[in-house]
Amino acid sequence: MSPDGAHGRAVRTGIVVVSHSARLADGVVEVAAQMAPDVVLRAAGGTDEGGIGTSFTKVEEAVLELLGAGEVVVLTDLGSATMTAESVLEMLDDDDRERVTLADGPLVEGTVAGAVAAQGGADAAAVARTAAAAAASFAHAGEAPPPEPADGGRTVVLTLRNSVGLHARPAALLARLASRYDAEVSVNDVDATSVLALMGLGLGQGEELRVRADGPDADDALAEITKVVEDGFGEE
Amino acid sequence: MSAATLGTAWALDWIARATKVVSENRIELIELDRAIGDGDHGENMDRGFTAVAAKLAGAEPASPGEVLKTVATTLMSTVGGAAGPLYGTAFLRAAKGADGDLDAAGVATMLEAALEGIRARGKADTGEKTMVDAWTPAAVAAREAAEAGAGAVQAIRAAADAAVEGSEATIPMIATKGRASYLGERSAGHRDPGAQSSALLLVAAAEAAEAAGAGA
Repeated sequence: MSPDGAHGRAVRTGIVVVSHSARLADGVVEVAAQMAPDVVLRAAGGTDEGGIGTSFTKVEEAVLELLGAGEVVVLTDLGSATMTAESVLEMLDDDDRERVTLADGPLVEGTVAGAVAAQGGADAAAVARTAAAAAASFAHAGEAPPPEPADGGRTVVLTLRNSVGLHARPAALLARLASRYDAEVSVNDVDATSVLALMGLGLGQGEELRVRADGPDADDALAEITKVVEDGFGEE
Repeated sequence: MSAATLGTAWALDWIARATKVVSENRIELIELDRAIGDGDHGENMDRGFTAVAAKLAGAEPASPGEVLKTVATTLMSTVGGAAGPLYGTAFLRAAKGADGDLDAAGVATMLEAALEGIRARGKADTGEKTMVDAWTPAAVAAREAAEAGAGAVQAIRAAADAAVEGSEATIPMIATKGRASYLGERSAGHRDPGAQSSALLLVAAAEAAEAAGAGA
């Protein structure tokens, strides 16, 4: 059971990473798995002979395996990887195809952001949307217009304790916590459910997090986030 | 021997001839692809059709559509690069478009379905120096032949001749899709390897039809 388990919605979407390179697909899965421990991720990289290219068979097997457990989102790297994935979708039975979504978006950032969304219980369509938005959230992190003024909700100011700053793993943990509650949560005016936006803040040890939450579960969300931040995300 | 339609025996002969012609032209396709792509098209196509031949050797398909579906699934799994999903989709849609034995209108419908699949999968249009530049005139020619009252054999022959011309017409084009587009204007002066392999396949289809002696 993950630390999210107690309150978290069940994970129902798996992710297939399709790349021309087996090592690239494996690496992307490795990174995303760090941030979304309960999401089933499958790498489908390289040709059947282990060369550079994509394999219909590898993609099909990965998709069918994950369909056994729920919905599936497929992310791809370059042109023919997308064509191979589309071909696999075209060959699926209608019932299966309805549960598979091909996501636009950058492979690494999209997979990471999508996996964190899936960890929070998002369905395939929502995971795919998150993946597609990943490029924009990276490009605009830090210059995003602040959300609506804090007319509602409560804000707590916390100090980041962990020595390596708000890097990928703690950012993903924070995003998962934020997405678990029925509340709009922001950190330093960025959407706290977006792992990429949180990483884009580039916060280091000793810097402040202004965490604002608005909604029915705002108090619970702030209490748990406070606990986790003060605990240094369990990294020390 | 003289039938008005093209059936399962024709489809099997087509694919046997296609396998042979792809193998014979493997080097030419490699060289065309080396000029404007990554040089593996001939190798990939040869590997794919060799696998197709092995798959069909043990099968007893009941219709042209069944033959084409086996070709589709095998090519998707064995041809690397963009050609795998593109030809796989072409044969898959052709299989769905082939309703029993084919008369001239059936040939046109099958080719139109294949063309539509290639266009959808590759998101390419005519004039972009791709397979589409062979398949589009082929489908148009087959439809025109059918509407002019030609038989199935003449329709597939018209399609093959149009595909050969279409392949030829890619030589001066500047690629705007696929890997060749990275070359920009330097892609002009070379025949598109995908258009050329498409022409070879459709000529094989016409030769199989003529060999069967199917009447008009």
